[in-house]
Order: sequence, then structure tokens, then C-alpha cells
Amino acid sequence: MASSTGTNAPREVMSATDVRRAIVRIAHEIVERNHGVDGLAIVGLQRGGTWIAEAITKQINEIETSVTVPVGAIDVSLHRDDIGIRPVSLGAISNIPFDLTGATVVLVDDVLFTGRTVRAAMEGLNNYGRPRSVQLAVLVDRGHRELPIRPDFVGKNLPTQQDDEVSATSDGVVISGSIVDAR
Amino acid sequence: MSKSVVIKGGTIVNPDGQSRVDVRIENGKVVEVGANLSADVQLDASGCIVSSGFIDLHAHLREPGKEEAETIETGSRAGALGGYTALVAMPNTDPPQDSIAVIDFVREQGKRAGLIDVVPSGCITLGRLGETLAPMAELAQAGVTLFTDDGVGVQDASLMRRALEYAKGLGVTLAQHCEVAELTKGAVMNECQCCTDLGLPGWPSIAEELMVFRDIELVRITGASMHFLHLSTARSVELVRAAKRDGLPITAEVTPHHLSLTQELLSSYDSVYKVNPPLRSAEDIRALKVGLLDGTIDAIATDHAPHPRRDKEMSLDMAPPGMLGLETALGVVMAYGDLEIKDVVSLLSWNPARIAKIDANHGRPVAVGESANICVFDPELVWSVDIERLASKSINTPYVGRTLRGRVRHTIFKGTPTVIDGQAQK
Amino acid sequence: MKHLRSIDELGVDGLVALLQLTDHMAEINQRPVPKVPALRGRTVASLFFEDSTRTRLSFETAAKRLSADTMTFNVSTSSVNKGESLRDTVATITDMGVDAFVVRHKSVGIPWQISQWTKASIINAGDGAHQHPTQALVDCYTIREATHTQRFDGMQITIVGDIKHSRVARSNIQAFSMLGAKVTLVAPPTLLPPDISHWPVQINHHLDDVIPSSDVLYMLRLQSERMSQGHVPTLREYSEQYGLTQKRVSKLKDSAIVMHPGPMNRGVEMQIDPSDVKNSLIHRQVANGVSVRMAVLFELLGTGSSLGGQA
Repeated sequence: MASSTGTNAPREVMSATDVRRAIVRIAHEIVERNHGVDGLAIVGLQRGGTWIAEAITKQINEIETSVTVPVGAIDVSLHRDDIGIRPVSLGAISNIPFDLTGATVVLVDDVLFTGRTVRAAMEGLNNYGRPRSVQLAVLVDRGHRELPIRPDFVGKNLPTQQDDEVSATSDGVVISGSIVDAR
Repeated sequence: MSKSVVIKGGTIVNPDGQSRVDVRIENGKVVEVGANLSADVQLDASGCIVSSGFIDLHAHLREPGKEEAETIETGSRAGALGGYTALVAMPNTDPPQDSIAVIDFVREQGKRAGLIDVVPSGCITLGRLGETLAPMAELAQAGVTLFTDDGVGVQDASLMRRALEYAKGLGVTLAQHCEVAELTKGAVMNECQCCTDLGLPGWPSIAEELMVFRDIELVRITGASMHFLHLSTARSVELVRAAKRDGLPITAEVTPHHLSLTQELLSSYDSVYKVNPPLRSAEDIRALKVGLLDGTIDAIATDHAPHPRRDKEMSLDMAPPGMLGLETALGVVMAYGDLEIKDVVSLLSWNPARIAKIDANHGRPVAVGESANICVFDPELVWSVDIERLASKSINTPYVGRTLRGRVRHTIFKGTPTVIDGQAQK
Repeated sequence: MKHLRSIDELGVDGLVALLQLTDHMAEINQRPVPKVPALRGRTVASLFFEDSTRTRLSFETAAKRLSADTMTFNVSTSSVNKGESLRDTVATITDMGVDAFVVRHKSVGIPWQISQWTKASIINAGDGAHQHPTQALVDCYTIREATHTQRFDGMQITIVGDIKHSRVARSNIQAFSMLGAKVTLVAPPTLLPPDISHWPVQINHHLDDVIPSSDVLYMLRLQSERMSQGHVPTLREYSEQYGLTQKRVSKLKDSAIVMHPGPMNRGVEMQIDPSDVKNSLIHRQVANGVSVRMAVLFELLGTGSSLGGQA
């Protein structure tokens, strides 16, 4: 089950600087799209999206200082559609210490792939209240959607093979051609 | 005119020695012992021991009253397959064996099945209720020689004393299931560490020993004969040993399961291991075996206790106690008992015949002129229990999956083979 | 993990894993809508042969919060004894499509027996005086929550009362010891099992001796039947010697915790109202019950580890 030859070695597609710039841009786009920060709340997906959510929120709060936009984290493991099909290991615990009802929630994740994780996150959000609207910000969109989910804010569009592995940290985004479980 | 039978190539084991000869049987008796004999029916006994048939002092045939578990016929067949030519039927039937009518019924059913001598025992107390004496004289006149309330012990000491005095006058033997009931309320297994971990009420050894001690002393003052059923503890063995040293008319038996299985098996929660008295410790087993070797314990008796599958499928505390024993006794005793063959035959046949007072026809030497109640068994054959092929109506044997050694090949009852090559003949 | 039947079968790794999982469940229970679809399509059947509204409801709430379907069978013991055997009952219910049984029975060993008759997972909600593993989990979780520690090394836990007949005691002694606590049992000799030399505990027959050094004081319920069975002369004497009185409460360490598995016998083992005891965590034991049971259900039915060879 090896991937196609010639693409095995990991290669960097975004450097640390690219990542930082993307986050700053996304933060500005969020503020622009929503005409300000009124009712805004940022929620990162455990675990990959939480550092990005925090970085975006910090950036937004530096841009607009009148109001502090809250940030939370949501663990989607219990909302996944493949529980019972494959072993689930729980991530860190969700922490949304504010009311979401009527808020404009921006979900944040590192890599958007099949869309199932985001679907699970949207379902999970319902436990905390009824948002006015939900938007999606991702650092990388690698395609291969299995559900009708599209991001509102994207750091980078990255065409990939189905079995490529993409990892995103503040040090950069790296793609390698090893086998990966379908997300 | 029944057919003549010859047992060829086996080794006879008698009290006075053993010899490798053929045995010819005619009209219910051994008529010739020698080399190269022939007859209408030839039974191959090569590699086998030929001895008097076994006698079980303690079998529950369940009829009348619980025929779904066993009948006198199916129990007789199980006995024959186990090498038995006689067994003492315990009286805890429904109605109990405390009247002539029931005694006669049991005897008749045994005769009708025609596979084994079914010797009914009588109750000590009416209805086994432990309150008033059963009509022992009447039952003794009908031929009953052994009386017991088995299933329970006689709790009232003064009643037991009177029973022994009465029995002395009749020349019969009383047999006791030693268990002080107040000490064993709700008990499911031996009182031990395992029982503590399971949170189950325990059956302490002293519940047996207290009654053994009491009855020994009652025998001492009354002079009546007493047989102790299914002894299970080291201290019980010590008490009986001392009593015999004092010359008291006491005999005792032990079951194959009390020689081979320990209390830890109950931690499997499987009620097949639940029995009364309970499985005990490895130390108790050691003491019982010593008791067998030095003559403290006279007999091995099965306490064959069939129960329907449904009853045994209940939880430990609700399931009735008891295990099958007739078909596996020899195999268990040879595999676990550490006994010489001569001792095995003595414990399974010669001694029990005397205790049951049927030694005119059973437990006799295999010799010319003697009744032909004979067992032919292969002492080396290794086998394991196949639940599908048990003759008993029930299947509650704890030996499934365990290796047994020693198996009956043929059984001859009153000169007629009841078992040939391990198959019952009717 | 296929079943939760006893603490010793669970083992220390399983115990710790379930406690960590409970943190997740506790968070869910804080949400405005405390429900996740994690066990959607699974069915949990309660088979309670002993009356216990509280434990049964706790399990059913837990199942529902994970979106599992529930079935309740209030089986009176007599009907199972007469015609249908326990085996038939279990087989019939399994055929209806049950993934887990929660079983409480007055007979020891029932959860193990039932496991042989069904492919469903078995959760022991109490078998005779033997084990009550979810109670032990609740108790460990409550202590963990109060002391903010994952392990109980160095902690002195005192269990007081009818140890002999208590499944809660048996499960807790194992669980507390596994997590490193030092366990002392306080009871009159008649309420201790015959031979506990192999248990990892100390014994003391005098409650006042151990109160000052206890970090956790765990009171067990004394059933009134024990008096008629000769285990204690009178309930009053028991209460004087082994009950939690105002005086004893005042001798506790400031940081000490008081616990009780419920239901309480006021005037017997508890002479004062627990709401008057500032260190009492009895209300937390109740509150944590649902979270703990959610963790158990999720572990057995949700993580895929019980599915064996399925892809």
C-alpha cells in the first residue's frame, strides 16, 4: 500500500513565516467579513485547531481593542460518525466558557479534508447554544471532500493525493506521502 | 437358562492375593477359575483387573419425587457403567423412604430395571424433619440395614441419642450427614479466603466436626454402630481415627470429589462445584488421603446427586448442591487418589459391602461358588467425560474437561453382563 | 474492555483510564445541552433484580446522554425462578438487540454467568455482597476531584461499618489500594469477614483511634437485620461505637472528607445530618454517578475495543 513513487520524502509547503502571515490575513478577513467583532466567538477544534484559534483570536483582539473576542476549544471525538467503527481516543476536554446563543462562531481547524470533523464540530456546538451563524476558517484546504462543507477563510489551498499526510504546526506545513487513515 | 460367560485374560484381585486367570460364570455364580476357559459369551479382559463389583453406599436416585433429574432405572444404568453391582439409595426422596410402601417401591423399581442391586436406606426421623423417630423396627424387618436423614444431619442431640439406642436394639447402622445447620445458614462454599473475597456466607469446617465429635461420644455411651457420610475435613479424620483407636463401632466414607477438587473452583461462579459438604482445601484433601491409607476411612462413596440443567444454571446461592458421581468414581479415584489397586477395590467394594450388610452376595472374592457380581476394569485407560454420552439423566458433573484414569470395561450382575465394552446392555 | 464486572478484573490501568474518561463526561454534563450522539443506535438494557431506583436511573440517564436507547426490565426474582430460567430471560432480551446489560442481583456471580449466555457487554451494578464496581469508580472520582490528585499514595482512607456484607467495601478496598491509598477497616469483629489476612488493609475495632489520622472517612450503611442475626447487640450500641457523631466530626482533620454510598440510615451510622458536615462529599458522589456511568458505557460500547474483529 505504498504511495506513488517519487513523492515519499516530506516536503514543506508553507514555512513558519507563511503560516504566521496566513493567520494574520485570516484574522483581518474575519473582521472584514463580519463588519467588526460584534457577537464574534472563535472556537478551535481539538487538537489541531486550538493553537490556530488562539493565534487568530490574539490577532483580532490586537486589531479591534474595544471588545475582547472570546476563544474556546471543542473536542469532537464524541460527535464523530465513526464511533464504534474504529477506536476513538479522546482529545483534550472541550472548554467553551461562554454562551454561544446568538453568536457568530468561527470554527477553526488546521487541515480541512473530508469535512467530517467539521460536521461533528457543528453538531457539538449545538450542545452549547444556538449560534446566529457558523463560519469556518482553516489553515490548509487539501480537498477530497466527502460532505458539502466549504471553508469561509483559507490559509492555503493544497492539492493532495488521498493517502498523503499533511501536518500543520506553527513551524510550517509539511506534506508526506505516507499512508494515512481516512479523516 | 441364562448364557454362560467367561472373562478372559484379566487379573483377579482378591483380599488374599491376585492371579491372572480366566473366570467362568454360570447361573449367577462363578463356576470355574483357570486357564483357557470358554463359554457362550466371551468377555475380553486383557490388561484389566477383575474384582467384585463396586458398592456405592451413597447414591441419590431421585425416584420417587424428582424423576426429571434421575430415575431408578437411569441411576442403575449409570451405576452399572461405573462398575457398580449394588448401591444404597438415599432416603431423601419425595415421599421420603420412611415407610414400607416407599421402601418396597424403590426396591421394586430397582428389580424392574434389573441392572444393579438397589438397596433402599431408611430415614432416621419421620419425614427427615428431625423431630420424631421413623418406624425403624418396621423398616428393619423389611430388610433395611442403614438409616440416615442424609441431606441434613439430625440436629437434636437427645433425639440422636435415642435413635442410636433404638438402632442398637435392632442391630442396624445409623449414618450421619454431619452439619450443624445454624452454622451453615445460606452457606455456599467452604469458609475460606476465597469465600471472603466473593462476599458469600461460608460453610465452616467446625459445622461438620462438631457433629462428628458429638456423634462419636453418643456412640461411646450407646454402643450403637455409626457410619459417617462424606467426611470432608482434616479434623474430622483425626476425630474418627481417635474413635477407632478407642475401639468404637464407627465407619466412615469419603467422596471422589472431596479427594480431587478444591474450594478455589468456586471462584468460577459455576454451581457445578457447589456441593454439601463443600469442596475444601488442599490440606483437607491430603488428610483425607492419609485417612484412606491408614484405614481411618473405610469406603469411597459417590454421593451421586443429579440435578436438572435448569436448577444448576442458577446462581451459586440458589442452585441446589450436588454432583454426579457413579460413572466417574473409578476414573477419579485412580487419577487423583494415589492408591494401590488393591486399596481401590477394598474401598469401592469389599468394605462398603460389609458396611451395607450385603456381603453375602457383594464384595465377595472372585472365586468358585461365589455370586457373580463382578467388575472388569482397565486401570490404565485415560479418558475424559463426554456429557452427551452419560447414562445419567442429568449432566452436573464437575469433571468435564478433566483427564480421568481407569475405566470400567464390563460389569456382571448376578451372572449376567450389564455392561460390555463400556456399553450398557439394557 | 468487554465487561465491567469487578474492580480486580478491571485492573489499575482500566481504573485510571475510566477515571480520565469521566472528566470528558463531566464536561458534557456541564453543557447547556448535555447530550452527545456517541452511542447512537446502541441499546442498553437494565436488568435489576434488586430494587434500586437511584442506581438504575443513574445508568439510564447516562445511556440517554450518550444517545443510546434504553430498555428496563424490572424482573422480580420469583418469575425467573419458576418457569423461565435466567438464561432464557437473557437470551430473549439479547435477541431483541441489546448491546449492554446493566445487572444488579442479590446473588454473587450473576454477571459472570450471564456473560456466558450473551454476546452483549455486562456491567455489574451489584452482585450480592461481592462487587459494585461503578460505585467504587464514583467514589474514586469524587476523591480525585476533591483532592486534585490522580493517585492516592499516602492517603489514609478509613472504611467503617458492615464490611462483611458490603459489596461497596469489597470494590472500594481494591480500588483505593490500587491507587496507592492506605486502607483501614473499622468494625466490630462480627461485621468483618472471617479471614481477611490476605487483604491489603489494617483493622481497628475503635473508630475514635483512627478519626484524627483519616483523610477520607467512608461510612457504610448498617442494615437493621444485622441485629436479629446476632452481628450487633443493638443498633444503639452500634451507633455509639461506630456511628458518625458530632463529636467525631469535630475530631476530623480540616482537610478530611466524609463519604457514604447511600442510602443512609439516619440515627444508625449517621447520627448527624450530612449537610451539617462541612467535609461531606456525599452530594458529589451522587452528582458524579452519571458522569462515571457515561464513561463506563462509552468505554464498553463506543471505543471499538469491544468489537473484536470488525473492520
